[in-house]
Formats: sequence, C-alpha cells, structure tokens
Amino acid sequence: MIETLLIALTRFLVGGQARWTGAGPEPRQRIYFANHASHLDTLLIWSALPRPLRASTHPIAAADYWGSGNIRRHIALKVLNAVLVERSAKGPPGAALAPLRGVLSEGGSLILFPEGTRGSERLPGPFKSGLYWLAQDFPDAELIPTYLDNPSRAFPKGAFLPVPISCTVRFGAPLARRQGEEKDEFLERARQAVSALASDAIA
Amino acid sequence: MSLMDKLFILFGGICGLLAIASMIGLALSRSTTSETGRATVDNLNARIGAWWVMVAIFAVSFGLGRGATVLLFALTSFYTLREFVSLTPTRAADHLPLVGAFYLLLPLQYWLVWIDWYALFTILIPVYGFLLLPSLAALRGDTGQFLLRVSRIQWGLMLTVFCISHAPALITLDIAGYEGQEFLLLFFLITVAQFSDVMQYVFGKLMGWTKVAPAVSPSKTVEGLVGGGLSAVLAGAGLWWITPFTPLEAAAMALAIVAMGFLGGLALSAVKRSMGVKDWGTMISGHGGVLDRMDSLSFAAPVFFHLTRYFYT
Repeated sequence: MIETLLIALTRFLVGGQARWTGAGPEPRQRIYFANHASHLDTLLIWSALPRPLRASTHPIAAADYWGSGNIRRHIALKVLNAVLVERSAKGPPGAALAPLRGVLSEGGSLILFPEGTRGSERLPGPFKSGLYWLAQDFPDAELIPTYLDNPSRAFPKGAFLPVPISCTVRFGAPLARRQGEEKDEFLERARQAVSALASDAIA
Repeated sequence: MSLMDKLFILFGGICGLLAIASMIGLALSRSTTSETGRATVDNLNARIGAWWVMVAIFAVSFGLGRGATVLLFALTSFYTLREFVSLTPTRAADHLPLVGAFYLLLPLQYWLVWIDWYALFTILIPVYGFLLLPSLAALRGDTGQFLLRVSRIQWGLMLTVFCISHAPALITLDIAGYEGQEFLLLFFLITVAQFSDVMQYVFGKLMGWTKVAPAVSPSKTVEGLVGGGLSAVLAGAGLWWITPFTPLEAAAMALAIVAMGFLGGLALSAVKRSMGVKDWGTMISGHGGVLDRMDSLSFAAPVFFHLTRYFYT
C-alpha cells in the first residue's frame, strides 16, 4: 500500500525513468553505487527497480536523516528495506560497514552512495573507501555504476519541498574488477564510471 | 439537436477517422520494407495509438463533467510545466520560485477557472506571478543571470499554465442562446488545432518541399502549412453547427486557431532547438512530450477565448 503510494508519488513528481545501458534488470547480487545530491536519490533508485529486484535490494540510508522521526523511520526500514548506518560512528575503520556485510553475505543487493554525503555538483565528488572494501570481500557481487539526473534540481540540499522536475536513473555496465588494483585507483575508476553516465550539461 | 446528440456525432466521427487511420497504418506496416520507411510507419502507428488514448481521456473527462475537465487541463499544465522546467537550466536559488509556480500559482489559476473568477484569472500569472517570482528568487540572494532565470520560469508558467488554462475557461463563457453547450467550444478549439497539426504533418510528409524556417524546424514546410491549414479551416467551417458561429465565422475562428497554432509550434520549436533537444519529453509515444502536443493549443487557446468572449458574450 505505502509502497505503491510512494512509487506513484515519485512517478508523478519526478518521473524517475530507468535507463538500463550496459546492464539489464537481472536478479543477480549487485551493489548499485550512485552520485548523491538529494534525499530523493534513495527513493528514485528504489522505485526505478522492477518489483522482484526491489524486494532483495537494500538502500543504505543515513541514520541521522532516515532514522529520525517515526514516519521516516518506518518508511526507511519497513518499506524501502533500508540499512541504516551511523555516519558519525567512531570505532575501528570499517566498523560502520558491518550491517552492509550482513546484507551481502545473506545474498542481498545494496544501493549505496560512496560520496557519503550529498553534493551539489553535477558530477560526483571523491568516493569514500566503503565501496572498495565491500568489492574486495564480495567478489561475486556485480558493481553497477548508477547516475541520477536532476534530483539535485528537484530537491536541492536545504530545500523543504521537492518540485516536479523529471529525473532519470541510468544504470551502466558492471565495473570490471582488476587484480591487485590500489584502493585510490579503484575508487577513482568507480567515480569516473558514474560520471561517464551523466548526460551533457545544458548550457 | 441536443448536446448529447452532437457529442455522439462528434466522438463517433473522430473514432471513425481514427479507425480509418489505424487501418491505413496497419496496411502500411505490412507493405513497407525499407528501413527509413519502417521507422516512419512505426512512428505513425505510435502516433495513431496515442491519439486513441488521448481521445478516450478527453471523452471520459467530459463525461464526468466540468470539474473533471478542469482537472484534466490542470494535469496537462502540470506535465507541460514539468517538461519545460526539466529542460530549462535552473539553480538551487530558483527552488523557491519553482515551489511558488507549481504549488501556488498553478492550482490557484485552475481554481479561478473552476469558480469562474474571470477578472483575477486573467491577471493572476501575468501580473501577480510576474511580481511574486522574482521576489522569491531574490530572497536567496543569488544574482547570477538573475533576469534570465526569472524570465525562463515566468515564460514557462505563461505558456504552460496561463495559456493552456484558457482552453477549459471556454466552458465558463456565457453565450446567449448557447447555454449548456459551452463544452463544444472547447471541442471546436482542440479539434481544429489538433487537426491542423495532423494535416500539416500529413501534407508535409506527402508533398513538403519548401521549408518555412529550416533553422528552427526542418519538418515545417509551406506546403504542409497551407494544405494542413486549409483543411483545418474547412473542418472548422464544417463544424459550425456545434458553435454559436455562422459557417463563415467558424472558418474565420478556425483560421485564427490555425495561425496561432502554427506560431506556437514554431516558437516552441525554437525553444527546444536552443536547448539542443528534439522533443520536450517521452510521455506520449510517437509524439514526444505532452508539450509537443500542446504547443499549438497553448498559443491558440487565449486568442480563441478572447475572440469568442469579445464578439459573442
């Protein structure tokens, strides 16, 4: 019920058409990694996935936003099947990844935003290392670069209400794994794979 | 003849035309073998299919009454404005004027149509919207390309909300001796505008040699314009019996609709071209976006509304 309503609302306001370029909507274990500019991003990718994939795909959501407030928390946990992570968590490096490893080891797929926080540029900023560690530990999961067009215009940082501007979700070809690749090299390559999916900027 | 009889004939006639078009499309798709021909025929059939859907939506909304018709056009404005803004570069500082445009001015404009408050309906967006939007934009303190940004949103709102809202506003006109039939004016406007577009397309495909404005729209030809325009004027004259006009007046009204529709299509093609795209969107298969279908109506509706209001009420 809430699921249908959320998807209908997303479609009505921002469209959120899925464009599969290089990868199809197949039920494989995947890590979708995308640019992050808006609170709409999670909802957009989630509703762009076909229903069977949606059921096994878990968005990573920041606990400080999606975990606050009863309605938001309910939507994040019960409807979106999100995994909440503490962005400010202290502890040994990589500890924050534990819940994500849990999802992957149970065969689920993930949606993550490796920039860690929302940016305001068209192209994504530097990626954090989480994607690298997960890619190392789960070599069977396909790494799908994903580009979100326009959510930063529809619902920019600091805005109170989203406005209706059509957004598209572009899924690219799986990122190939390279033997012995350094962390920074890998992260830069991943970032470029997302940037390459961006449409040309309108002057 | 009662309103219901007229509508029965009109919708029956349109369905008949579409049925013929569908059969021609089917025959063409069987006989065409060349690759470019196939693409044209596929596009033609997608267009015909979309026409069936559009006519059905229109028929249902009319069946449900004036409220549904106003709502249908409010949705049309919503989608065309969304298409316009999506293609127009905006910045974070434009967010507030966009909120004002979508959530305040658009519903307010259609509410004024619904309650028939003509005096405010006609100045809400050109006067108050014109004052409100730059004020909202200035609040954020971003002065970069300020005038350009404000005018983009303002003009988008004029075309997609203000102009298009004149089509359902036809229903609110009080014409002596024509009570209860005002919906037919809307039917007349849409039929003439869309028929003109279709016939311009047909004549342009069959015998279009001389381009009107190749830099703006390579598909608009003099032959298409003249052939399509004349057929639409004739069709308009032939529909005089559903309007308060004489046959000659109906032809003159149709001519005004055709002329404005052509200019609307041309002006909005220029906007698309300036943004480097061919279509406004992908919502209607074969036609592009909603605004690709509504561009001629957007220019024709206010002119037809005012001509009718001035001479017949």
